[in-house]
Amino acid sequence: MTIAQGFAEPVREQQRTFRAVMDALSRPTAPTPYSSSLGKAGPLQANAYAIALTLLDFEVSYHLAPSLAEAERHLTFQTGSRRVNDAGQAQFAFIDLRHDPLDLAAYAQGEPDYPDRSTTVVALCDGAPESKKLVCRGPGIAASSTLSVPGLPADFVDQWQANGTRAPLGIDLLFVMPEAIIGLPRSTRIFGEAR
Amino acid sequence: MSATAENYRGYNFAYLDEQTKRMIRRAILKAIAIPGYQVPFASREMPMPYGWGTGGVQVTAAILGPDDILKVIDQGADDTTNAVSIRQFFEKTAGVQTTTETGKATIIQTRHRIPEATLQDHQVLVYQVPIPEPLRFLEPRETETRTMHALAEYGLMHVKLYEDIAQHGHIAKTYDYPVLVAERYVMAPSPIPKFDNPKMHQSGALQLFGAGREKRIYAIPPHTEVVSLDFEDHPFEPTKFTEPCALCGALDSYLDEVITDDKGGRMFVCSDTHHCESRRAEGHVGALGTPITPVTEAAE
Repeated sequence: MTIAQGFAEPVREQQRTFRAVMDALSRPTAPTPYSSSLGKAGPLQANAYAIALTLLDFEVSYHLAPSLAEAERHLTFQTGSRRVNDAGQAQFAFIDLRHDPLDLAAYAQGEPDYPDRSTTVVALCDGAPESKKLVCRGPGIAASSTLSVPGLPADFVDQWQANGTRAPLGIDLLFVMPEAIIGLPRSTRIFGEAR
Repeated sequence: MSATAENYRGYNFAYLDEQTKRMIRRAILKAIAIPGYQVPFASREMPMPYGWGTGGVQVTAAILGPDDILKVIDQGADDTTNAVSIRQFFEKTAGVQTTTETGKATIIQTRHRIPEATLQDHQVLVYQVPIPEPLRFLEPRETETRTMHALAEYGLMHVKLYEDIAQHGHIAKTYDYPVLVAERYVMAPSPIPKFDNPKMHQSGALQLFGAGREKRIYAIPPHTEVVSLDFEDHPFEPTKFTEPCALCGALDSYLDEVITDDKGGRMFVCSDTHHCESRRAEGHVGALGTPITPVTEAAE
C-alpha cells in the first residue's frame, strides 16, 4: 500500500499544470498539450492526478466516481483535501468516462448569488482518436470550433444543453487525456454534430 | 530559477505561498468559466499598500511561471513609479524576464490602460482594479448588488446613463465605462479610458481582473463579446482626439496632456510609451518631436 509520489518540483510543476488548465478553460474545445511528470495514483491517470495536486487542498472537498474510489488515499494524503460522498457537496469531482456514468445534474450547480460555488468535473478519457465532432460556440471560441472527445455518453449533448439552460449556474468540465486537456466551461454551447 | 531569485531565499517563487496561489488559481478558473462575474477570493496582504495594485499583483503571482516575460504598465507607461516597482518586485521574487515591448510579453499587468498594439492569443492581460462592482455607487449594499447581478437586473445602470444624457446631453462617463460581457454580466472594466473599451471586445488575449482590497477576481476569456452600454439614439462613442501626438504624430492613440511651462504651454503625447517610442524609432515625428536615429549595433 504505497502512496503515489507527488511532484518532484511542486512550485514549478503546479504552475505549469495550472497554466495548462487555465489555457484549456479559456480556449474551450481546443486540446491544450499537457503531460505531467507523475505516475498514476491508483486508478487515477497521471494528468488527472497532477490536476488534483495543483488545485486541491484542505479548503476544498472532492468527489470520486466509483471506478476511481481507490484514488482516495493518494489524494487525501498528498493534498489534505476531504473526500465527500455527495457529489452535490464537492468543489471538484473525478470521473472516468470509460467506466462511470456521467450525470451532470448530480453535481453542485452553484447558487444564483454565487454561481462560482459549483463543481468542476475532471473527466478522464483515453487518447483514442474520435471521429464524432460537435460544433461549439461561446466565450473563448472565435466564431465556432469542434469538440472531439472519445467516450462521451450517448446523452451528453442533451445533458450539456440542460447544463446551459441553468447558466450562469452549471458545472465546468475538464476532459483529461494522456497528452492533452480539453476545457468545456458552462458558457460553451453545443450546436449539434459537424457534418 | 535564476540567480536573482536565489538571492531572495526565504520567499517562495513569485512571493506568494503555494496554498494562496491554489486559492487564487481556483478563483481564476471560475472567473474564466463565468465571464464578467466577480469571484470572491481571500486577498492577502502584500508588501505594498492597497491601491497600489495588490489585486493585480496577486493574480500575476498566481499565473506567473519562470518562462514568462512580464511587462508592467501604469497609465500606459513602463517608466512610472507603480510600473517600475511592480516590475522590480517580480524580477526579485520570481527572477522572470521583463520587457517593455508589448509584442514580446506573455503577461502584461496594467493599471488603467490597454496597450495600443493588438494583443495576441498567447498573451494574458492582468488589470489592477480599485472598485470591481459597477453598481457600487448606485447601490452601496453588497447584498443588493449581488442580487441584482443574479437577476441580471441592470435597469439602474441604464437610468444612471440616461440621467447623464438628460443633464449633459451625452453620457458623461469617460473612464471605467460599464460593459456587458458575453450578454450576461455588467462589468467594471477598471478605470481604463472609454477609448480602450473597444479593445476588450473579441480580444485574442485572456483578460484577468484583480481587486485586492475588494477581494474580487473576474475575467474576460479570449474572443468574447464585450459591449459598452448605450442607447440606440445615444450610441457609445470612444474618446476622439483632434490633434496628433506631439512626439510621434500618431492619430490613433490615447493622449496624455503634458504641461510644459507656467504660461499655459502644453502638449499632447501618447500615453502608451512603448507605442510612441516604437513609432519614433520607425521615423515618425510629431510637431514638437525631434527625429531619433535608431540605435544600431554599430553605433553602440
